Amino acid sequence: MNDATLERFHYDNKIVKYFGAATIIWGVVGMLVGVIAATQLFWPEANLGNPYTTFGRIRPLHTNAVIFAFVGNAIFAGIYYSMPRLLKTPMWNKALGWFHFWGWQLIILSAAITLPLGLTTSKEYAELEWPIDIAIALVWVAFGANMIGTLIKRRERHMYVAIWFYLASFVTVAVLHIFNSLELPVTFWKSYSAYAGVQDALVQWWYGHNAVAFFLTTPFLGLMYYFLPKAANRPVYSYKLSIVHFWSLIFIYMWAGPHHLLYTALPEWAQVLGTIFSVMLIAPSWGGMVNGLLTLRGAWDKVRQDPVLKFMVVAVTAYGMSTFEGPMLSLKNVNAIAHYTDWIVAHVHIGGLGWNGFLTFGVLYWMWPRLFKTNIYSTKLANTHFWIGTLGIIFYALPMYVAALTQFLMLKEFNDAGRLAYPNFLETVIQIVPMYMLRALGGLLYLAGAIIMIYNMWMTAKQGTFQETEEDQAPALAKAYNPAGEFWHRAWERKPVFFTILATIAIAIGGVVEIIPTILVKSNVPTISSVKPYTPLELEGRDLYIANGCVGCHSQMIRPFRSETERYGEYSKAGEFVYDRPFLWGSKRTGPDLHRVGKKYPDSWHYHHMVDPRSMSPGSLMPPYPWMTTNELDNSDLPAKIRTLQQLGVPYPEGFDEQAIAEYDKQAAQIVANLKEAGVEVASNTEIVALIAYLQRLGTDIKQPTASNP
Amino acid sequence: MYKEVLRSIENIEIFPIISLLIFVLFFLGVFLWVLRVPKSYVDHMSSLPMDEDDAKPHQS
Repeated sequence: MNDATLERFHYDNKIVKYFGAATIIWGVVGMLVGVIAATQLFWPEANLGNPYTTFGRIRPLHTNAVIFAFVGNAIFAGIYYSMPRLLKTPMWNKALGWFHFWGWQLIILSAAITLPLGLTTSKEYAELEWPIDIAIALVWVAFGANMIGTLIKRRERHMYVAIWFYLASFVTVAVLHIFNSLELPVTFWKSYSAYAGVQDALVQWWYGHNAVAFFLTTPFLGLMYYFLPKAANRPVYSYKLSIVHFWSLIFIYMWAGPHHLLYTALPEWAQVLGTIFSVMLIAPSWGGMVNGLLTLRGAWDKVRQDPVLKFMVVAVTAYGMSTFEGPMLSLKNVNAIAHYTDWIVAHVHIGGLGWNGFLTFGVLYWMWPRLFKTNIYSTKLANTHFWIGTLGIIFYALPMYVAALTQFLMLKEFNDAGRLAYPNFLETVIQIVPMYMLRALGGLLYLAGAIIMIYNMWMTAKQGTFQETEEDQAPALAKAYNPAGEFWHRAWERKPVFFTILATIAIAIGGVVEIIPTILVKSNVPTISSVKPYTPLELEGRDLYIANGCVGCHSQMIRPFRSETERYGEYSKAGEFVYDRPFLWGSKRTGPDLHRVGKKYPDSWHYHHMVDPRSMSPGSLMPPYPWMTTNELDNSDLPAKIRTLQQLGVPYPEGFDEQAIAEYDKQAAQIVANLKEAGVEVASNTEIVALIAYLQRLGTDIKQPTASNP
Repeated sequence: MYKEVLRSIENIEIFPIISLLIFVLFFLGVFLWVLRVPKSYVDHMSSLPMDEDDAKPHQS
């Protein structure tokens, strides 16, 4: 090679260090919130007696913190380290990189403030309100622009497979985020979903599933394909397999979203499609796992000594486990057991703690000493972290599986008289409380490991000297390069922008087929004429239900099983949700389903139950909400809410926004009167009144006799 | 319920078939290419992460 053509350049390590530090700091915060939430599930008093730290609000805080703050920053740290080195050029634009870093941290901070305040859309993993959604879009585009700019400036002609994964993740998350966040603002911190009921559910789980795919899986596969060979000091087992792995994974993943909604009121064809493609997903997922593990062939002796490799081996194994479990869970008969139970919680934590957490730890333990030009401060502590973390995963997951099966069997049991053996949902919850305690212990162990890691990273940084930039050299790319007889795929890899567009098309096909029919065609949700829009008071009550995250424990979706219709009432119909913006079907039942709770109990029952759940249901794990009886509800935004909903097509009569407050007062007065009869004095402008109105409305529409009721 | 859904969308049955065809054809294309790709290219690609000399953290 002619030395004259060699160009010198510097990799920026500073931003990698910042993203790395943010990863572990936010990680500990997210895990701590998780441990607190887990503790509240067996000891409700751990909510510290205020709405801001009550389960319904800190559960989304936990999920957002670990997904977007911990895993998100880990992805960025890994990409900002590996991408320049793979392309032999620094990241394209330093300022854009720092905008990306600080923008992302600000978004996380705003999430940490708004979620406890109850400012939420309640759509899982997309809870943040619209101003933050816009900020996310801006920062994400900056990140993508920086990657594509780097690709254009590259000195290595071909893109290594890790970069394909990074690019696919970028475009897909952008598409998902935009479509799922379509909402119409009412005020700065309140919006209503552009979709209603079944459509909203379908878009949400199309998003939710693919967020798992393209935020938690594909970027991490990219990291695996770079850092695992680095740590093992040998190339990936089969580069060919990695190509097949990539294309089949991004093609198939998009289709599997509806498996989150089996047995719900979702159209049958969408459910079937979701199941088929979920099962097909095993092939590419296991291709990836096998490729990762076989990279270590002949190097297993290193795994015994090197904590980095230990973390990575468990991570890849956990990936294999959860990608086998996922498709199994999408089979309808398995899903019937797992859905709404702790099985799903176990499943996501095998993925989260095992795959994402352990791969992140492995990457950080590998990268950190290199950034500081030293060795790891203590291999022993890293090994301790590994074992505590592994124990944590086991203590977390096993009790959840036991809890899920126990509860499922109890819920399904009928006695000789043909009645439910455990008609009270609470009986089944009390049974699994010990499992919840073990789970919290598992989380605590895992957190302890992460804290050990912080100490180890701190000491490593202290004993070394940080190398802000790293020099490298490579020849510039020749401008004219047109080899004859090059295969088409290889030619594509030289054209990153074209390649990106291609990957976008690949993911769009799956998305389009799944989404378009549901969004465009109104008639695919059979309407039920007796289903009417919510009254102003019920609407405010519903928004309270959303703000307090009730959906975190209570579903509103009765599946067509005998055990559920016996327990809760008539199964849920698609047409019942046409005014639900957003939908509140839920994904986990820690408490009973509420879809038919309306008119089941008197108003005073709800009042006493909210003030102290255990007075009505001894042994209940629900946190008390006494402040709702005194907190005044500010309904000044009611006219604006009505107008927004009218714009979205909710058939409130013309000029209803002006009458809304009067209607509100009228209905509130009725509930206050009902409560007074039962000996409860409460002001009509309190939160509890609106909430009771909403709860009493739930699922009652189709009980009313009308001629056209199917 | 799914029958009403299907009927309400014109030519819905063609949707999955078209996309399945695109998917299968593309996948076959990639697969054939992978089988035929020259070894030198594969070796070059898989060695990309190993190019740097930072395999050992401590350089004295």
